[in-house]
Amino acid sequence: MAGGPEIERLVLLLAKLPGLGPRSARRVALFLLKRRAQVLEPLAAAMADAAAKVRPCSRCGNLDTVDPCQLCRDDRRDGAILCVVADVADLWAMERSGAFLGRYHVLGGVLSALDGVRPDDLAIGRLVDRVGAEGISEVVLALNATVDGQTTAHYVAERLEPTGVRVSRLAHGVPVGGELDYLDEGTLAAALKARR
Amino acid sequence: MIAPILSSAAGSVAARSEAAPAVAVTRLDLSDFRCYRQARIDLDSRPVALAGPNGAGKTNLLEAVSFLAPGRGLRRARLTEVDRIGGGAWAMAATVQTAAGPIAIGTGRDPEGEGRERRLVRIDGAPQRGQAALAEVAGIVWLTPQMDRLFLESAGGRRRFVDRLVYGFDPEHAGRVAAYEHALRERGRLLRERSGDRGWFSALEEQIAGQGVAIVAARRELAAAIDRAAAEGVGPFPRPALAMEGTVDTWLDEGPALAAEERLRAMLAAGRRTDAETGSTAAGPHRSDLAVRHAGKDMPAAQCSTGEQKALLLAIVLADVRLQAAARGVPPILLLDEVAAHLDPDRRSHLYDEILALGVQAWLTGTDAELFAPLAGAAQHLRVADAIVTPR
Repeated sequence: MAGGPEIERLVLLLAKLPGLGPRSARRVALFLLKRRAQVLEPLAAAMADAAAKVRPCSRCGNLDTVDPCQLCRDDRRDGAILCVVADVADLWAMERSGAFLGRYHVLGGVLSALDGVRPDDLAIGRLVDRVGAEGISEVVLALNATVDGQTTAHYVAERLEPTGVRVSRLAHGVPVGGELDYLDEGTLAAALKARR
Repeated sequence: MIAPILSSAAGSVAARSEAAPAVAVTRLDLSDFRCYRQARIDLDSRPVALAGPNGAGKTNLLEAVSFLAPGRGLRRARLTEVDRIGGGAWAMAATVQTAAGPIAIGTGRDPEGEGRERRLVRIDGAPQRGQAALAEVAGIVWLTPQMDRLFLESAGGRRRFVDRLVYGFDPEHAGRVAAYEHALRERGRLLRERSGDRGWFSALEEQIAGQGVAIVAARRELAAAIDRAAAEGVGPFPRPALAMEGTVDTWLDEGPALAAEERLRAMLAAGRRTDAETGSTAAGPHRSDLAVRHAGKDMPAAQCSTGEQKALLLAIVLADVRLQAAARGVPPILLLDEVAAHLDPDRRSHLYDEILALGVQAWLTGTDAELFAPLAGAAQHLRVADAIVTPR
């Protein structure tokens, strides 16, 4: 590529980002280089800062600059109820809802034999330990309604069975503001099954 | 669930709807599609008869129409194979007349897929996230010469055939089949790795059993509905008798779906060792088969003559069209590639009568324009030669 190995390296690294391929990576690299002061330098500084300070919480797996993270330190949160999510992105989604006031446990992914993600790669053992050590009374499994997500939920529930902790799952059903007519039959059947 | 749609449909097959306008392609615009660099065809809702020599591009037009449904089209091609040789990424725009007025559909291979094959879909100009929304616009049913050996070849082809018919009524079926196959592959990988993780196996088998029994139930509903619709009358065509056969199918005969799920789960758990040795999964809907018999002769379809097999297949497809017409209120678009030439005059004229009575936009191909002469002004006659389409 014209312009030297630095640019090429930047493009190669950008192409590793989710959603970007080689073509879009070139576009992004050019965009950054054209806006050195407004975007490129602040971005580089922010990334260096994050790389230096942000660490996964040793207790729940959330990302924060302090360990344990602020959510684990917050005394106002209910320490007896634990919400299990696959990724930090899901934790953020739960937090945006503002509806959950317990603590979290991030698994770090979902089981997938095809992608080589096995139980030992996920923080499942640590979850079982926490349930025993922290006096947890309920574990809420907030995992995706995909095959891998549900397989993982089933697996985690089974691993937790010996602890005797109450295990619940997020309901599947009618979205808030949704119209029944637009729902697929599978969702509607699940909503009917989980009616109150 | 598929059951209520199909049973209500079967009840009213005889009462054909005449008020609703047919779903029809009224304009087709192709770019770099197979042999077509640029082509535009304007049509009305009558059947379309395409005549022309071999290799002129008749089937390619049918394939283009088949891309108005979700999936890989009637040739089950890779998207890059559809690109015109020496051309760019293929694209097509179509106007489809529906009960709700004309709808513009655009689809084609994503030229910026960056190595991954992706089909873009736009409906009335709005980009769609997947292809599923296409199923809402129009049903599309086809019969091609590649399907002539359906009764002779592997059960996999027949399962795919049934699954495609189910999609016509229940687009969710595609998601179930994908989820089932994914879970099956996951279990297969664990078996190959000789994993001893029982918890992981049972979590996967739970998914397989749940999705699997739902798939089997949907296929059985469809086969039974087609069987009933065919029993109502097939004219001079042989009446096909359809049934799904398989272990899980038998369980559903014997008891409720939940019991079948439980049995499948238990069977999978017990079969881990054998499955690991054979490298396959011994039980499940991927082992079911569509059994078709010639009802008049009480003979398996596979033992019938080639001509009779084709006629049985056509009878099934026509029954499906009637069912869809009753369920949706409008018939689907019907693509019949090289079908007319293989029928005797009696059956051919019945086929034409049926097409006209249903008000379906059927696309027929043949090398001999005379085949379509009986349709006269009731159809639009086009000539296809060297990738050029002209009215006749």
